[in-house]
Amino acid sequence: MNDTSQSFVKFEKIDKSYDGEVLVVKNLNLDIAKGEFVTMLGPSGSGKTTTLMMLAGFETPTNGEIFLDTKPISKIPPYEREIGMVFQNYALFPHMTVAENLSFPLEVRKISKPDIKEKVQKALDMVELGNFGTRFPAQLSGGQQQRVALARALVFEPRLVLMDEPLGALDKNLREQMQYEIKHIHDRIGITVVYVTHDQSEALTMSNRIAVFNDGVVQQLSTPDILYEKPENSFVAKFIGENNTLNGVVREVNGSSCTVELDGGFGMVKALKINVNEVGEKTQLSIRPERVSIDKTTSDSNNFSGKIEELIYLGDHIRARLDVCGNNEFIVKVPNEGSFNHKEGDELKLSWNSEDVRALDL
Amino acid sequence: MEVTISTAELLTTDGIPLKQSLRKAERRNKLRAFLLVFPLLLFIIVTFVMPIGDMLLRSVDDSQINSVFPNTFEEYKNWDKGADELPPEEVYKSLFFELANGDKRQIGKALTRMNYAKSGWKSLIKKTSREIKKIVKKGEEPVSYKDTFIKINKFWGDPTYWYSFNQMVNDRSSIYYWNALDRTFDEDGDVVLQDEKRRMYIKTWLRTFKVSVYVTIFCLILGFPVAHLLANLPLRYSNLLMIFVLLPFWTSLLVRTTAWIVMLQQNGVINGILVWLGVISDDGRIQMVYNEAGTLIAMTQILLPFMILPLYSVMRVIPKSHMRAAQNLGAKPAMAFWRVYLPQTIPGISAGGLLVFVLAIGYFITPELVGGKDGKLIGSWIAYHLKTTLNWGLCAALGGILLGIMLIFYWLYNKIVGIDNIKLG
Repeated sequence: MNDTSQSFVKFEKIDKSYDGEVLVVKNLNLDIAKGEFVTMLGPSGSGKTTTLMMLAGFETPTNGEIFLDTKPISKIPPYEREIGMVFQNYALFPHMTVAENLSFPLEVRKISKPDIKEKVQKALDMVELGNFGTRFPAQLSGGQQQRVALARALVFEPRLVLMDEPLGALDKNLREQMQYEIKHIHDRIGITVVYVTHDQSEALTMSNRIAVFNDGVVQQLSTPDILYEKPENSFVAKFIGENNTLNGVVREVNGSSCTVELDGGFGMVKALKINVNEVGEKTQLSIRPERVSIDKTTSDSNNFSGKIEELIYLGDHIRARLDVCGNNEFIVKVPNEGSFNHKEGDELKLSWNSEDVRALDL
Repeated sequence: MEVTISTAELLTTDGIPLKQSLRKAERRNKLRAFLLVFPLLLFIIVTFVMPIGDMLLRSVDDSQINSVFPNTFEEYKNWDKGADELPPEEVYKSLFFELANGDKRQIGKALTRMNYAKSGWKSLIKKTSREIKKIVKKGEEPVSYKDTFIKINKFWGDPTYWYSFNQMVNDRSSIYYWNALDRTFDEDGDVVLQDEKRRMYIKTWLRTFKVSVYVTIFCLILGFPVAHLLANLPLRYSNLLMIFVLLPFWTSLLVRTTAWIVMLQQNGVINGILVWLGVISDDGRIQMVYNEAGTLIAMTQILLPFMILPLYSVMRVIPKSHMRAAQNLGAKPAMAFWRVYLPQTIPGISAGGLLVFVLAIGYFITPELVGGKDGKLIGSWIAYHLKTTLNWGLCAALGGILLGIMLIFYWLYNKIVGIDNIKLG
């Protein structure tokens, strides 16, 4: 997939600055294979939308080149790029009916009337809005507008589809439903999709690969499972999923693992050495809440105790906020198996495997 | 247990009919809303509806003169114009007594009205009145009233004077409207064109239309890019630009108009610069003011904000993503503008167009000052008759036609664009 000859979209050393003082995107190198669903995930202002706009042709890269199908596209105007796009607020044309909205890209391509009719109907059927052609966008619900926007971005059979936070305006249930629908449409027609969002669960649900953006730099580009289970730096660990952190200093390095002395004299933790190199370096340990065991001991000597600060009943599990080694935001998820009978204020025995603790940058 | 379901009327829990209960609950709110608008309503009725109604009544009212010469007009209607050259003796007799016994002020007013029908009436009747009063004082009774009249002044034997009575003999008259359209009544009461030298209103109406249409088009052409810029520039620049747009708004209309005279006149700024640049010679200075061109230029500038503001308010809410989306879908920028942007500005274009047109068609001060002889609009005639000839009937008729035209345009506009589509701000 990282082979240049195979990548369908290739960002090469892209820098982007609006004012000549601040780089919004720094040295972006990204390869996207044909048929892939790649999500750019990051907080607002991280440069992900700017990257998308450069690909669509609405912003010019300050440095570097974008290749589409091995051809550089910086000089090609947006209307000749053959890239479909779903905008944040759909950008449906309010003075045209749904069918007219969908015909628009076909009409400007001078496709014959009967063909247009057929393609529009096919696209509407695909998003299950076959009977809505004569309505105006304002007469549709948010979810329906979203589907029309999707159909319009696909109807002219573009080489690539871009989506800029397309589900941001929908309520939670509809958003989840649309996530699956978009994913299914992608699976069915096999088009390459570049998707931008700040919602990590959306990214995890839909994507083949996710590029985590922060501060104009891609922090990690990986499949959803690797991103969640093996974050490469503390930003990714914090941004994706829930994460417990403990700060400390590296005392011993032993191949792929290391021993860290916690700040405040709470003891030593054995962890995987990910983003630290030498003894004496400061580090942040990352442990996922579901990897912490209660009332068990491990041979890794990662055995600690914590005082229960707060218990929240969530049905399938109980969420316990603990004070562990000076961190009182330490979260543990206790499966609701009926055997948990501790109260707030109780001391809990905690343990975790050293493979589940990652020593990252601070 | 038996459950009865009333299909006839819905009741509240307390058993009161639902509609009645709702009305009662809403009554207070309705009353409060009405009291809030009441002062404005009163103000509009007193200062707007009543004067306009009064003016519209004046445009068809001819009752004053009918109250001065009731018998004369009654007898006049019996005159068979085909058979007799002059009206019958009874007409002269009635007029004799009505002039002799009538209230002097009322007769004076009636004379003004008669003079609109035919100039010359005023002096003829004044002279005749004096003679009649002498005759009455002496206590003589004329043998023939007709001959007495003709003896006093030979014009009493001229049937054209008598013909002009035709347009005054009814309490309600459409003559002012016909006058406003260069038409009058002939001796049989049929509508005919005025004498050629007295036709001036049709020409002015047409010019008023032409100027209004041109001003609207020029305002659109000049205003559209400005409004677009206003809507799309970053805030600090657009605020500055907005001040430039509004600045003339805050300047007195007279100042702006006279400023245009300074700019455009033959010894004015523009001609001066052109001569200095050598574009035109000193003898070839262009006449740009005191004609239709001056009216067009000054009115376009003055009415421009009325086009820009509604356009701006519409353009501001068109998302920028629409143009992007259109281009993304394969439309070149010109096509994207034509198919996606322009149609969405139609509410603004029509609001601005209607506003500018309606203001232009009734414009007065600017055309009066910079229009010269052939740049005057219908408003000038209204003012002329209002202040100089005091022919308020004609004034009201001209205004009534203007109002009618506006209502027709409003109706047409509603048919074509739809009035809910209008967007002023």
